[in-house]
Amino acid sequence: MSMSARPAVPDHSTHGTGSAPAGRHPEPSGAAVSLPRGVTANPRVSQWLAIHGDGTVHVFSGKAELGQGILTALGQIAADELGVAPHRVLVLAATTASGPDQGFTAGSMSVADSEALRMACAEARALFLREAAARLGVDADEMVVADGVLRDRDGTCKTSYWDLAACVDLDREILGLASPRPVAGRAVVGTSAARVDLPDKLTGRPRFIHDLSLPGRLAGRVVRPPSPAARLLEVDPAPVERLPGVVAVVRDGDFLGVVAETETGAESAAVALRQACRWREEESLPPEESMQAVLRGAETETTVVRDDGAEPGPAATRGSGAGSAAPTATTAPAGTTGTAGTTDGTDGTDGTDGTDGETPVAATSMSATYTRGFLAHASIAPSCGAALWDEDGLTVWSHSQGVHPLRRAIAQAAGVDVATVTVHHVEGAGAYGHNGADDAAYDAVLLARAVPGRPVHVVWSRADELTWSPLGSAMVADVAADLAPDGRLLSWSYDVWSYGHTARPGYAGSPGLLAAAHTERPHPLPPSADPALAGGGGTGRNAVPLYVIPRRSIRAHRALTTPIRTSALRTLGAYLNVFAIESFIDEIAAAAGRDALEYRLAHLTDPRAREVVDRAARAAGWPGQPTEDGVALGIGFARYKDRGAYCAVVAEVEAVHDIRVRRLTIAVDVGRVVNPDGVANQIEGGAVQSTSWTLKEQVRFDRTQITSDDWESYPILRFTEVPEVVVEVIDRPDEPSVGSGEAAQGPTAAAIGNAVAAAVGVRVRDLPITAERVVAAMDD
Amino acid sequence: MTVNGVKRSVGADAETSLLHVLREDLGLKGPRFGCGAGLCGACLVLLDGYPTPSCDTPLWAAEGKDVVTVEGLGDLDSPHPLQQAFLDEQAGQCGYCLSGILISAAALLTRNPAPDEREVAEALDRNLCRCGAQRRMIRAVMRAAKEHP
Ligand code: FES
Ligand code: FES
Repeated sequence: MSMSARPAVPDHSTHGTGSAPAGRHPEPSGAAVSLPRGVTANPRVSQWLAIHGDGTVHVFSGKAELGQGILTALGQIAADELGVAPHRVLVLAATTASGPDQGFTAGSMSVADSEALRMACAEARALFLREAAARLGVDADEMVVADGVLRDRDGTCKTSYWDLAACVDLDREILGLASPRPVAGRAVVGTSAARVDLPDKLTGRPRFIHDLSLPGRLAGRVVRPPSPAARLLEVDPAPVERLPGVVAVVRDGDFLGVVAETETGAESAAVALRQACRWREEESLPPEESMQAVLRGAETETTVVRDDGAEPGPAATRGSGAGSAAPTATTAPAGTTGTAGTTDGTDGTDGTDGTDGETPVAATSMSATYTRGFLAHASIAPSCGAALWDEDGLTVWSHSQGVHPLRRAIAQAAGVDVATVTVHHVEGAGAYGHNGADDAAYDAVLLARAVPGRPVHVVWSRADELTWSPLGSAMVADVAADLAPDGRLLSWSYDVWSYGHTARPGYAGSPGLLAAAHTERPHPLPPSADPALAGGGGTGRNAVPLYVIPRRSIRAHRALTTPIRTSALRTLGAYLNVFAIESFIDEIAAAAGRDALEYRLAHLTDPRAREVVDRAARAAGWPGQPTEDGVALGIGFARYKDRGAYCAVVAEVEAVHDIRVRRLTIAVDVGRVVNPDGVANQIEGGAVQSTSWTLKEQVRFDRTQITSDDWESYPILRFTEVPEVVVEVIDRPDEPSVGSGEAAQGPTAAAIGNAVAAAVGVRVRDLPITAERVVAAMDD
Repeated sequence: MTVNGVKRSVGADAETSLLHVLREDLGLKGPRFGCGAGLCGACLVLLDGYPTPSCDTPLWAAEGKDVVTVEGLGDLDSPHPLQQAFLDEQAGQCGYCLSGILISAAALLTRNPAPDEREVAEALDRNLCRCGAQRRMIRAVMRAAKEHP
């Protein structure tokens, strides 16, 4: 038996060019073609792919495999567009040495960004067809492609990509004039092609950056300061330098590290070096127990995410310095303010507008506060990097999400010409945002500088991984709404406070690399910021409910300083925002005596939104049979970044002795589906990770240092705690593909919170939802 | 010691972790470094049949014993039924946790060839997976047990 995946590979032999204008490759004309951003930045076909005489195709992608299966999905797209069997296509890891610069692999944008690759492949196909037609003396429009063989319709004249590979020059501009195949002609996209990287990973073959074997490789370890604000007072490297196998001890300002012949040698040298240091520590972290007040009291930059005018009653009295630590949910008696306006449905309740004209005066006002703590990436592998300085310049190996931005940041920090720096992507463990990958690469750069000609391979410790990687920010959100007497939403106000959600390499003119902040001539880490709203926002991501509400007033307040290093973690602010919105919707529905599902549908007009909500609910058997005490269903929904995937989750939770999520039933709409099993896998993974965040995770710290530094102080979900997950993927062949990696995070948290509230009758508004918090809420 | 059926002797210090010996001296990259403290399962190997964290097992403790790494379960040409089942179920995302999980699962199936889901989850409870691929992995173990009783 040989190791092969069983998912069917489609047969290409029957599939031709579709309606693509195969033979013509028009010269540039005045016709305006709108090119995807990947193409404008990387305009030549040869930047995207190469076709070889041996029957293979190499695809160069600027996207990084982060465990999400992107190499597989890109290979599928290329195979389809070229008309070759998928096994011929090899998607090469991103590198700055060749291939396109596609920035960061983040924000669930990779599949959407792949339109550029599709276009490059369509262009290549057209070029080959033109060449074939000229040689065979047939009309190119009459030719078809089947697994790389180009022939006329009756099959008498034929040649192939492989025969023509040497004479078709792909170093040409992508004009965007060869139309991609119509959806119906795509044989590979839409099928569950097996992951190309899994066989290696299942048989323990070297594939990860930790497994790199570089000739002459040395092992490196960094000795980080004991806490973020610590300064090095003195160090005596001499005894460490004398240890067997130690090649170098590196000190540059407060940056310290060792280079040794073996891993064991480097580990013991690092322990010895740590003992040879004296540091002055300082309390620089905020008080954990009053994060809410700290965030509210911080100097902030406020972004108005949405403002339709008037504020609802309760919110008008809320200020940014309120500092109330206790969650508040206030419900005014119905009718207390209902003195004017119409309450009989004559006020434009068609759910389409309502920003002007008659709006009924609120009968009820409600408000509540929701919070989350800091979250760690907690990748299963510690960050890792390798670097080599030699006569060719500086070569770096990294599991970064963006080799091109990292290259620029390294050149800036190290003070070298960017042209001398090459960064190769090598797979690491799953990445869920801006983790320590870039930092580890720069650690290797600094250590390798001491040993020119020999590559240094750095691996972080688990403790450094948990305490020095950027974290996802703690957040607090106040939400308030006015309801009509019939329960309809009239207005909504929302204020959310957070540290910034991005501090990637190159941000704010700084390298943004950890070690660069510790060197003699430091490049301090700038305060984390937020992506622009047009890019999905950070603190304000998904802060706008998709429900029809006549008046909305939504503001995001981002703290201007960052006492704890924060950056992008899967979904940024959306995790809390969706939790807050969806929890509050349930609270409102309950107060209005309405079913949570029916109430949502009554306020949703987008048919795709309605469909995921409806399908998830039906698949879960909503509203469930309350046969068991302490068991209930809860629902959560969002459209990621307001323009990405629609996702609805129904959680079945058992809250008797502990909180157990038994099952998650999920419906998701990602537009056109490139790889259905890939989408299901991403959604499942996101939902399980969100379950872990929601039930267990919170980074702990004292005033000096982060104290969650191992798997005991930062526990994550275990096998026996993982819920059953059922995913329904809705395919919409005519809608653009959007990413699936982040769609489930927020809705899962909300579904769990709502299910817990339904099961135990009290609401926990602070994440994570632990048994202790449920008990505390019951005692209140 | 015997590693994947072959007698090996190494000249490393007796206190060196078995993980480093396997990865560096013997070139077996299957066992992965995750925490170095016996808490994540990425580095598990079978030591005389028992799933054991190689990161906190000193070399002397493995002396004369039988060590099996994920490479010893099967390879691309003749995969272990578990490896094939994981592939068939596409059970994994980044895959960093897989080596240790396959080792735990192999030990389980030796001990209990027909486990139920609960027993599979319990057998894998020392292994962490951050990508959230656990359900697929449980399905894959059940599938391997069913297809290769
Ligand atoms: S690396 Fe050995 S248990 Fe984590
Ligand atoms: S698949 Fe990534 S940690 Fe398990």
